Amino acid sequence: MSTQCSRNDDTSWRKRIVVRDGAKPWWYLMAASLEPTTVMHAASGQLNARPRVEIPSGVGKAAWLFLAPALVLIFVFFFLPVLASLVLSATDFDIYAIADPGSTRFVGLKNYGKLLQTPEFWQALRNTFYFALVGGPLTIALSLATALLLNHKLVRFKGFFRTIYFIPFVTTLVAVSIVWRYLYHTRYGLFNYGLGFIGIGPIDWLGDPNWAMPAIILMAVWKSFGYNMLIFIAGLQAIPSELYDAAEIDGAGPVRRFFNVTLPLLGPTLLFVGVITMIGYFQLFAEPYVMTQGGPLRATTSVVLLMYEEGFRWWRMGYAAAIAFVLFIVILLATLLQFRLQKDRT
Amino acid sequence: MILNEPQRKTTGPGPSAGPLRAPGSFAAIEVDRTLVTKIVLYALLIIGAMIALTPMLWMLSASVMPTGEASAYPPRFFPSKVTFSHYGELFTRLNLGRYLFNSAFIALTVTAISLVINSMAGYAFAKLRFRGRDRTFKLLSLGLVLPVQVAMLPLFLLMKNLHLINTYWGVIIPGMSSIFGIFLIRQYALSIPDDMLDAARIDGASELRIYWEVVVPGILPILATLAIWTFLATWNDFMWPLIVLSDESHYTLPVALANLSGEHVQDTELMMAGSVLTVIPVLAVFLFLQRYYIQGVMAGSVKG
Repeated sequence: MSTQCSRNDDTSWRKRIVVRDGAKPWWYLMAASLEPTTVMHAASGQLNARPRVEIPSGVGKAAWLFLAPALVLIFVFFFLPVLASLVLSATDFDIYAIADPGSTRFVGLKNYGKLLQTPEFWQALRNTFYFALVGGPLTIALSLATALLLNHKLVRFKGFFRTIYFIPFVTTLVAVSIVWRYLYHTRYGLFNYGLGFIGIGPIDWLGDPNWAMPAIILMAVWKSFGYNMLIFIAGLQAIPSELYDAAEIDGAGPVRRFFNVTLPLLGPTLLFVGVITMIGYFQLFAEPYVMTQGGPLRATTSVVLLMYEEGFRWWRMGYAAAIAFVLFIVILLATLLQFRLQKDRT
Repeated sequence: MILNEPQRKTTGPGPSAGPLRAPGSFAAIEVDRTLVTKIVLYALLIIGAMIALTPMLWMLSASVMPTGEASAYPPRFFPSKVTFSHYGELFTRLNLGRYLFNSAFIALTVTAISLVINSMAGYAFAKLRFRGRDRTFKLLSLGLVLPVQVAMLPLFLLMKNLHLINTYWGVIIPGMSSIFGIFLIRQYALSIPDDMLDAARIDGASELRIYWEVVVPGILPILATLAIWTFLATWNDFMWPLIVLSDESHYTLPVALANLSGEHVQDTELMMAGSVLTVIPVLAVFLFLQRYYIQGVMAGSVKG
């Protein structure tokens, strides 16, 4: 797999890149970093790095034919709906409009105004931030710790453990949410049974508004750390071992080696994992839908769950579209913030 | 925790100082340190493995417990008597065979169609030169920062107008092409030598034939990765099928399971059997084909 990418030995492109990256719009760099395979290439400017040759006639036409099905599908069933969503959020489209779309009226920013005055919305936003800002770092820390553990030179059976840790990630979210709901049962669940041995009294995991979100976070961390772990292992393996040897000769202990060698060189991987994890976590939906139905006392109602309820249960689609757009803005700002933080560090 | 690893000093007796040195010898202290490190490492790894597997193992165990045994105090981990009656009940009383078929049909169709569509597009972006290529590519990358939920409300209305609500195609069509898939293929296809394609062109092969006979065989490993990825993602998908499938006869397994778990909240063993059946196919695909899957994830993320 490592030979699949022909590398340009000429290093002059490195200089070109800097200029080139500066010229790229922020959203392009952002998107490129979200997409795993281009993360390195966008950063190193390998996109379009080939010399231009003449385009043989006929190839262009063939290219558009190859692209047509994908582009049409993505445009009609993704880009168009996203744009329509912006329009929808400026209307009062509701259950009556589904039967008679003509009754829809343009209301401008009224849905957004109403949203900002609704306590349920603010609570959903708070819950989602709670989930993402506690669950995200927790997942990343655990993934990195596991990756370091598996990457240790004294460890054998790496493949075996890697597979086991990855299993929760491939399982069906709805199914494991149901399983965890029983594990969290106040009386019959394994969690409280185990905690009972160390003297911690029964916790009403999913019935107590203070515990429901931590319970969901715990499950989400369990479910998704394996994926990030895999990315971190790949990142760790890309760090040349000479750097560690050099640091060791300089007298750097394991802690200093971690902070001075591992962490800085893991920068791009960390950014990728951070952005991917955060985006995923802001879209929290199935866990509360299955485990708590958003309760108790709406303590686990996420933004997406609120959007689903408003849009597809009560059919207030204009209002729900406004919720969806706020989610988009939040994700966008959070992603930009991570980019800014990364930039400041390097 | 790994940071506390005792260091191997370079002042030791050289490269031969392995963990096999007898205690009492020159390197005894070093041997002990390595041994302690190893014990700590494996203890952590095994604890981690237990945490990762316990929920799955309990699910499996509870699914074969006699009725009521999974809701008893003290909770038990192993069944007193193994019974498969809950699995039988799923198929006879709860129509699970139907959902299994729906899930399999949708996931396999999406996988097959999306492989063709994404690989053609990915190849075109990687290897064919045409006007507007970079601009189109940038436009597509914009889509990666848009959360899918933003599209869902209008998409529902669109599907309603196309009379695709509550049909398999309502789930299949939006999954038939993915930006992620196109990017994955494109990245891999970049390594196809241009000379090979040009040689085929000089021989008079049509572009379609080049794609089919030169490109597809060359990108098989990444096609395998994408196939597994798409299958798992489609099988596990919940929100869109929940929205677009309104009639029980079209439910996929996750939608049916979420629905049943509300009605049968007391039937722990039955729900665990349903969860097992939902998870087993994806777990089997992953375990048998993980070489492609894991390599794909790792190669895709950080490739220098």
